[in-house]
Amino acid sequence: MPTKPQRIEVVLETLIESIALAEEMGVRVAAAAGFGDDDQYKIGLAVHEGVMNAFQYGNEERRERKIHLTFVLHEEKLVIHVVDQGAGFRLEDVPDPRNDENVLSDSGRGVLLMRAFMDEVDVVSSAAGGAEVVMAKRHKR
Amino acid sequence: MSFKATSREVGDVTVIDMDGRITLGEGSALLRDLIRENLAKGQRNILLNLAGINYIDSSGLGELVSGYRLIKSEGGEVKLLNLNKKVTDLLQITKLYTVFDIHTQEHQALASFKD
Repeated sequence: MPTKPQRIEVVLETLIESIALAEEMGVRVAAAAGFGDDDQYKIGLAVHEGVMNAFQYGNEERRERKIHLTFVLHEEKLVIHVVDQGAGFRLEDVPDPRNDENVLSDSGRGVLLMRAFMDEVDVVSSAAGGAEVVMAKRHKR
Repeated sequence: MSFKATSREVGDVTVIDMDGRITLGEGSALLRDLIRENLAKGQRNILLNLAGINYIDSSGLGELVSGYRLIKSEGGEVKLLNLNKKVTDLLQITKLYTVFDIHTQEHQALASFKD
């Protein structure tokens, strides 16, 4: 019989320190879920990028806004939700930073790294209207 | 481990030896200041030694690109030295591996500035 997914939810302040804190949580949850060192790093970096995106662009570094971070541990995969309180964005509107016209841009690589390091990445509108980044890493079994 | 960097002059090249993480608000800002300080002193050939860098985020990658553009605009050159596997992977994923001149040996990197 499948086990019920385990869920860990935290609310982070919109502070720069929250980025490294979230990354550390991501690494620890990934380790506890049985992911190896390489995947722990990749999951940690994906969480780092997701929360940094929420901090900078979603919440526009406004302290009164919050970042909701949720880890859901299924039997076959770890699913991570990063929710901000900004205006939201669509994944298809994010330019590809590898294109010639963007490769020398100062920013815009976060989504690419999340996509490279996770098996699934999507952005939906949260119930409150902000962006909800949903990403998943499957166990290699 | 937080970001640390020191500069040294080898001929007409400034080598910036870096340790730790280049991330938003930490390494990124310090790296930017270091590059600007060197440009202000007229040092336009800069070799970034990333031997001690174990972590870069997208903000850090952006700072490397920003430094690259700034140095180029001043008529200088920036090259990268001693990337570990994680950093190499990030540069490959983002296609920045095609932008930077990357070396594994310091003497070869230094010599390449004279080409």
